[in-house]
Amino acid sequence: MTAATLPPPRETGGPSAWLRQNLFSTWYHTVLTVVVAVLIGLFLWQVGWWAVSEARWGVVTTNLRLFLVGQYPFEQAWRIWLSLATLSVLAGLSAGRYGTAVRTLAMWLAAGQLLLGGLAAISGMALAVPALLLLNAALVWIAFLVSVRRPLPRRALLFGWIASVPISFLLLSGANAVGLPTVSTNLWGGLLLTVLIATVGIVLSFPFGVLLALGRRSDLPAVRLLSTTFIEVVRGVPLVTVLFMADIMLPLFLPGDVRVDRVARAIGGITLFSAAYVAENVRGGLQAIPTGQIEAANALGLSAVQRNRFIVMPQALRSVIPANVGLFISLLKDTTLVVIVGLLELLGIGRAVLAQSEWFGAQLEVYVFIGAVFFVLCYTMSQASYRLEEALGVGQR
Amino acid sequence: MIERKDGQDPRVDDERPAKPVADVIVARDVHKWFGQLHVLRGINLTVRAGEVVVIFGASGSGKSTFIRTINRLEEHQRGQIIVDGIELSDDIRNIAAVRREIGMVFQQFNLFPHLTALQNVTLAPVRVRGWSRDKADQAAMGILERVGIPEQAHKYPAQLSGGQQQRVAIARALAMQPKIMLFDEPTSALDPEMISEVLDVMRELAESGMTMICVTHEMGFARAVANRMVYFDEGLIVEEGPPEQIFGSPQQARTRQFLSQILH
Repeated sequence: MTAATLPPPRETGGPSAWLRQNLFSTWYHTVLTVVVAVLIGLFLWQVGWWAVSEARWGVVTTNLRLFLVGQYPFEQAWRIWLSLATLSVLAGLSAGRYGTAVRTLAMWLAAGQLLLGGLAAISGMALAVPALLLLNAALVWIAFLVSVRRPLPRRALLFGWIASVPISFLLLSGANAVGLPTVSTNLWGGLLLTVLIATVGIVLSFPFGVLLALGRRSDLPAVRLLSTTFIEVVRGVPLVTVLFMADIMLPLFLPGDVRVDRVARAIGGITLFSAAYVAENVRGGLQAIPTGQIEAANALGLSAVQRNRFIVMPQALRSVIPANVGLFISLLKDTTLVVIVGLLELLGIGRAVLAQSEWFGAQLEVYVFIGAVFFVLCYTMSQASYRLEEALGVGQR
Repeated sequence: MIERKDGQDPRVDDERPAKPVADVIVARDVHKWFGQLHVLRGINLTVRAGEVVVIFGASGSGKSTFIRTINRLEEHQRGQIIVDGIELSDDIRNIAAVRREIGMVFQQFNLFPHLTALQNVTLAPVRVRGWSRDKADQAAMGILERVGIPEQAHKYPAQLSGGQQQRVAIARALAMQPKIMLFDEPTSALDPEMISEVLDVMRELAESGMTMICVTHEMGFARAVANRMVYFDEGLIVEEGPPEQIFGSPQQARTRQFLSQILH
C-alpha cells in the first residue's frame, strides 16, 4: 500500500484564536494579561496627558532654530539651504540609480525634512522655513524620478558625493577669498553639527578602517605593527580622551601658524576612534573567508589587489554589515561627546537652552525632543541596513 | 629512489627538454616539508601535451600537495618544476605566467558565493585577460553550454546542486583557455548520483585533447580515460604506468595492496 500525499495540516487561524492561545489560555494567563494591560494603559495615559496638557513644548518651538542650526547667522542661512538642497538632489539621484538601501535613506531624508517642516510650521517660524523644507523634500522626489528615467553613471554620482563634502564645508564655513564671509565653526550647532560630524565621521572612518584591517593582516611586518599598534592604542582609550587629545594636544604639536579648525579636529578624533573599531569588525569578516576562496582566486591568476577587491572584500564587508551599522549608530550617538570640547551639537544646544531662565525646569521636554530626533536618525540607519542586507542576500548565499 | 624513476621513464633526463611544448609539465626531484613533516620526498614526473594522468593513493600520500605545487598554491622547497617552458620560482611574474596556463578544479568547488555562475566564469577573463564584458559573456555562455548548464548562468552557487557547482567550477577554469587542467579530487565532495555528470564533462574534456592531471579515486574513469596512472605513497611515486598495467599486473606490492583495498 502506498502512502497518500497529504496536504499540510490546516492552520487554525484568526486573531481571536491567536489571542486565546497566547493571552488567555489559562486563568492565570488571563489575570496576567489584564493586569499588564491595565498598567500599560495607565502609563500611556499619564504620558499622553503630560505631553498634551502639562509639557511646555514652547521650549522646543521657540528655540527650534537653535536646535536645528545653532547660532549660525540668520542672514547667512541660505548657505545651509544650498547645502541641504545639494544633499537632497544627490540623495534623490542616487536613490534612482542604486537599490533599496539608498532608497530607504533618501526616503527618510525626505520624510525627515517634511517632519521638520511641519515642526517649523507649528512653531511659528517664518513661513519660508517650512516652505523651503517642503521644497527640499520635493527635490529628493524629483531627482529620484529624473534618475529613474535617465540613471547617471555611478562614477558621476560617486564623484558628486566626494566633491559635495568639501564644497558643503567650504560653503558653510565661507572663505573671504571668494567673497563669502567666514562663519566661525563655533557658531555651528544643533542638528546641523550632529549630522555633519556623524556623516563625515562615518564616511571617512569606513575606508580608513578597511585599510587598517588589511594592514593588520599584511605580510609586511612594519605595516602590520603600525596598524596593530594604532588599533590597540585607540581601542584602549575612551573617546573623551581622544577628543581631548585632538582638541588640546594636536595644536601643541603643530607649528604655531597652522590652525586646524575645532570642528575638523573633533571630526578627526571621532574618525580615528571609529576607524579602529571598523578595522576590527572588518578583520572578523576577513577571517571568515575560507582559504579555498583565496586559492581559487590565485589559481585563476588574479593579482593580490584584484583578489582583495573582487573576491575577499565583497564577501568580508557584506558579512559585517550588521556589526558596522551598529558601530555607526553608536558613532552618531557619541557625537554628543563633542560637548566636552566646547562644540554645541544637538545635546549641547539642549543644555544651553535649559540654562535660559524662562525655561528653567523644562528638562523633560528638551530631552524627550532630542531623544526623538536621535531615534529617528538611528532608526533610519538600521532600516537602511536591513534593506542592504536583503539586497545583498546576507545569510542566504 | 631517483635512479629507479630514471630507469623507468626515458623521458626524464637531466637536460632541459629540447621541445618544451611536448613536455608541458616537468617535475624533477620535488621536495616539500610542512614544518618537520616531509610530505613530498623527491617527485619526478613528466607530462606530455594532451596526456591524461591520474594520480591516486591514500590520503596523506602527498598527491594533492604535489598537484598544488604545479600552480604554486604550495611552494616546493627543493627541485624543479617547469610548466610549458617556464620554471616556477619566487618571481611572481613567473607564477602569474604559469597560472595563466593552468586551470584548477577543487574538491570543495570554491566558487565565489557572491557572484552568479556567469560572473564566476567571466571574472578572470575580464580582469586578468582584459577581455571586454561582451566577449567574456559570450565565451562563458559557450563554455557553460559545453558543461551542460547554460540555463543556470544567472543563479548563485548556493542555488545549484553540488554537481552543477562543480561543473561551473570547471567552466570557470576553462574560461581562461588553459593548456593544462588540474583536478584535485573533483568528485569526492559530491553525492553519488552527481558524480557521473562531472566525470562526463571531464571525459569530454580529455577527448578534446586537453592535458589533464587528475587526483581521483574514480577507477572507472581512470581505466577509461587515463593515458597513465601514478600511484603515490608517503610522498613518493611508487609506481606508474598505463591503466592496463596498473589494473592488470601492478609491479609493486604496495600498489597491489592499495588497489585491493579500493576495488572490492
